[in-house]
Amino acid sequence: MTTMLNPQLNKHGELQHLLTIEGLPKSIVNHILDTASSFVGISDRDVKKVPLMRGKSVFNLFFENSTRTRTTFEIASKRLSADVINLNIQASSASKGESLLDTIDNLSAMHADMFVVRHAQSGAPYLIAKHLIDTRQAHVHVVNAGDGRHAHPTQGLLDMYTIRHYKKDFTNLTVAIVGDILHSRVARSDIHALTTLGVPEVRAIGPHTLLPGGLEQMGVRTFTNMDEGLKGVDVIIMLRLQNERMSGALLPSAQEYFKSYGLTPERLALAKPDAIVMHPGPMNRGVEIDSAVADGPQAVILPQVTFGIAVRMAVMSILAGTQG
Amino acid sequence: MTLPTNPSQLDAEALYATLLAQVKTGLAGVANVAIVGIHSGGAWLAERLAADLGLLPRLGVIDVSFYRDDYAQKGLHADVKPTQIGFDVTGATILLVDDVLYTGRTTRAAINELFDYGRPARIMLAALVDRGGRQLPVAADFVAASVTLPATQALVLQRAATGQPGQFTLTIE
Repeated sequence: MTTMLNPQLNKHGELQHLLTIEGLPKSIVNHILDTASSFVGISDRDVKKVPLMRGKSVFNLFFENSTRTRTTFEIASKRLSADVINLNIQASSASKGESLLDTIDNLSAMHADMFVVRHAQSGAPYLIAKHLIDTRQAHVHVVNAGDGRHAHPTQGLLDMYTIRHYKKDFTNLTVAIVGDILHSRVARSDIHALTTLGVPEVRAIGPHTLLPGGLEQMGVRTFTNMDEGLKGVDVIIMLRLQNERMSGALLPSAQEYFKSYGLTPERLALAKPDAIVMHPGPMNRGVEIDSAVADGPQAVILPQVTFGIAVRMAVMSILAGTQG
Repeated sequence: MTLPTNPSQLDAEALYATLLAQVKTGLAGVANVAIVGIHSGGAWLAERLAADLGLLPRLGVIDVSFYRDDYAQKGLHADVKPTQIGFDVTGATILLVDDVLYTGRTTRAAINELFDYGRPARIMLAALVDRGGRQLPVAADFVAASVTLPATQALVLQRAATGQPGQFTLTIE
């Protein structure tokens, strides 16, 4: 039952696939963050590579558009000396009618060692991981690079790395996640990670229509008034309004949204003076965040991108070293 | 060359004094010297050597986890520490320091990693104890003692936890 619920761990409890942060032991989360800190310095060296994944093939399977995530996975793979193959699935077999698992089997026959999967359907990376286990291809690893509204574990982990970098300790923090929680896989992964690492207060701030049910059961305090929600917080994680995932009239307009939930310098002043501002990107300036904040001294949005490479290197090198 | 010593009689403090004297003589007059200790025992030794030789600004620490040849079998170590090389490797004479020299595989990994920081003029190797059993053509330039140990046993350097650097002991596990 455990392996079915948590197919990302092998029978020794080691990380075999990274599908979600939910249910991931704290020790594994910390191991990833600690390992990432050893990878950060590699970017400053003469040779920005380590030989860990030399001779391994990483397939970036992006069934959904992404520039930043795909690029940082590609850089991470290359810094680990892996060979990277980018597949633009929309333009290939899937559009000719090939099923997801047939695509996987074909790529496995090309001796793939790792799949990095981005898919609009929640659960697609699970399906692939389970298929690999069922067909005795457990030596092939799967990294979820974002599936539907479900999870974006490497973004969650790089957010935790960023918070740890600036705040050192999780156990005295108040963290606010602001915006389109309903459509956000980043929010879900962040909430699970923050809870796992012992953050005592996680807040979700947004309009009723964009706050999903069940947040309280996850230990999250919800606020529809942003000014109230931001009071005294240490970390603000802004989310992007996901117009492409919205159906129907959840919001009146972008301008209305900015009035109520845009992060302005005046609103930022309600948080602690040393609060940091994060955003997973891409940012909509003037919709969820004011340029003065995005470019201001409290923003750590670009360091997030840099840390993201080290965190993805850590995840991939831990997975590639785990036996099936 | 030191004669094989009985491992149960190893006095780490005395060995350190021997090693320090060898290194002092060996590096006399050499320019652009830096010291790099291999995590963790080698790093403790390197720290003390650098202090005793007045080379603390030229001290580095290396963790060879990303360069190990057993990664495919054993995976990534649970306790990887960042490598810290704060000096310019290119043109430097680097004294690489490890506590126990055994198969030579760690030395190989450390040399490979150093070359990813630049092209050193020379790398020399210092070890507190050489326990034989080499699997690669690696030899130390400075070694305080040579011993013979069965493969089932490990020789482990320990540092006193009181925060006072310099209290070394060697134990067999």
